[in-house]
Amino acid sequence: MPEPRRLIQGNEAVAEGAIAAGARFFGGYPITPSTEIAEVLARRMPQVGGHFIQMEDEIASIAAVIGASLAGVKSLTATSGPGFSLMQESIGYASMAQVPCVIVDVMRGGPSTGLPTEPSQGDVMQARWGTHGEHSIIALVPSSVMECFTLTVEAFNLAEAYRTPVIVLSDATIGHMREAVALPTPDELRIAPRGEPDVPPDEYDEVMSTVDNILPRPALGSRYAVHVTGLVYDRARGGVPATGTPSVAEGLGRYLREKIYHHRDAITRVEEIEMEDAEVAILAYGSVARSARAAMKWARRQGVKVGLVRPITLWPFPTVAIDHMAEQVRTIIVPEMNLKQMSWEVMAAVRGRAKVVDHGRVDGKLIRPEEIQALIKREFHYHRWEETA
Amino acid sequence: MSALVDEPLVERPPSDTKLPRITPHETAEILAELRTPKTLWCPGCSNGIVTRALIDAVLSLELDPARTCVVAGIGCAGRITTYLKWSTVHTAHGRALAVATGAKAADPGMNVIVIMGDGDCIAIGGNHLIHAARRNIDVTALVFNNSIYGMTGGQMSPTTFEGDRSTTSVYGNIEQAFDMCELARAAGATFVARGTPYSYTRLAQLIAGGIAHKGFSFVEAMVSCPTYYGRQNSIPKASDMMRRQYDRSVPVEKFDREGPRLHDLYPVGVLHHVERSEYTTAYAKVVARLQEQGAGS
Repeated sequence: MPEPRRLIQGNEAVAEGAIAAGARFFGGYPITPSTEIAEVLARRMPQVGGHFIQMEDEIASIAAVIGASLAGVKSLTATSGPGFSLMQESIGYASMAQVPCVIVDVMRGGPSTGLPTEPSQGDVMQARWGTHGEHSIIALVPSSVMECFTLTVEAFNLAEAYRTPVIVLSDATIGHMREAVALPTPDELRIAPRGEPDVPPDEYDEVMSTVDNILPRPALGSRYAVHVTGLVYDRARGGVPATGTPSVAEGLGRYLREKIYHHRDAITRVEEIEMEDAEVAILAYGSVARSARAAMKWARRQGVKVGLVRPITLWPFPTVAIDHMAEQVRTIIVPEMNLKQMSWEVMAAVRGRAKVVDHGRVDGKLIRPEEIQALIKREFHYHRWEETA
Repeated sequence: MSALVDEPLVERPPSDTKLPRITPHETAEILAELRTPKTLWCPGCSNGIVTRALIDAVLSLELDPARTCVVAGIGCAGRITTYLKWSTVHTAHGRALAVATGAKAADPGMNVIVIMGDGDCIAIGGNHLIHAARRNIDVTALVFNNSIYGMTGGQMSPTTFEGDRSTTSVYGNIEQAFDMCELARAAGATFVARGTPYSYTRLAQLIAGGIAHKGFSFVEAMVSCPTYYGRQNSIPKASDMMRRQYDRSVPVEKFDREGPRLHDLYPVGVLHHVERSEYTTAYAKVVARLQEQGAGS
């Protein structure tokens, strides 16, 4: 029996997705427009025997999430721009120390305090490169209330599978929007368990995890007396710091990259609509993808061949899908609520094979279908058109 | 008084506190708790003495090592995580208490001990200290206070004494030193103590008292850094720095908190000990109450 349809908000769907994924710890700090996630989980976590704690700031929030995850409990935090900036150092820690956790960033206008109640996509590059140092990251972008739920579940599965922080990049529009959804029931979901390594404690070593077989992280306070550090560590010697051995540092750095990039095809997901015969493609993600879809449908009604490519995974960047698209279309329109952040990335993947038209705004207003339609018109010499509604 | 906070606040005179007995352990037994006896601490540094006192305390309390977790930050003190054989987390600078809060909340049955240096604890991590104390979460914070940033080569810290020199207080420190025990107490810590490596057994007892206490306990160990503090302040000999710990410490019973405070003297012993509702216990009551009411998933 599916759940009855309910009218819920994107932020509520994230919270319910976290519960469904088995998250039993939330540490956070109130910040618009993500606050509802904390409010819902303040009520829900104790109901399911999980832990909700309001920390003293976002730095403490992500630190507590790391502590809880290390103690064996699936954990998340939720924040927005300024808080996401404060979390960056520890996101790097989670990446280095291989701590599975989920960070939900409900994007708002920035920089700084910016436009607290308005949507933005200004954090997409911060999600990729916000913390210092070479690292890899996974980031998912929901574009509906249902996806707020399903991608939060998936974020936890990816975090567990690759022992890494995973970022869910929502925005003020998606977070506050309400849609009628029938949330999946537990038997409809695939949930990755935390588990223990299937190696006895006295034989276990970090190096037994390989790119193809990443073992679960043993919990603190278990028989596995693990050492966890943000320093460069030797995976073959109990994970103790090894800052004086360049080959160990190189090996760790490459392992941390490869354990995600080697699986890029399995991780990255892209939705393609009407792309079979498209001459022009719109590449859009998150809330903007909704406007892009409307513009694409409008274009099809006008009889011009426009398709939509919607990255669901933003990082690792879906290079293969872009590659494919670059061979097919003559123009790729990239509307986004920032100034060229992803269109640069698209251009790098396209390598001159198609024209990339960027369209950005940073006034806190959602990009409307008409704006994208205007760009489509230009690509199809609109002055020759007989426009239909 | 709310239904959740049903334990009355009991303030005890510090002299009434019964500290656990310390059974001194053989060096071989101490070494058995270490991954390696080699440390990067300088000759004359007293961090090793506090480490031994911590192990003596943990062994005397007969804690299960598999259920004991040490969380530390960055700095000389934080390196203890590499040496101890238990579950250890070497966090980002200043974040040890916040990480420990998450770990303890997720697994309240685990013994969580937090090791911090003075910079880690009350400079970069000061906000986490006051809130962990306010929550009265059942973790023990053990601070190695050497009054200087040793790992980075001898810069002043919030606990560098007024007038003392460092590479960033070249003409003498013009700022007042933090009394972190007073800060912890004011913020709500329910067990506050200070000791010195000079008085080894007493220090081990204070650490054990902190661990045995249910609630947020704060133990400050005054340690000496002859390499950076001593050299810059004309006390280059490690033994003289140890002697200075003795000269400056006054048993709390004799220390007149109300009277004019003598420069650089500090009270040692149990400075504060009260009982009040502990965070994870209060949280468990909320969960239990919801389950009784049948609020399921």
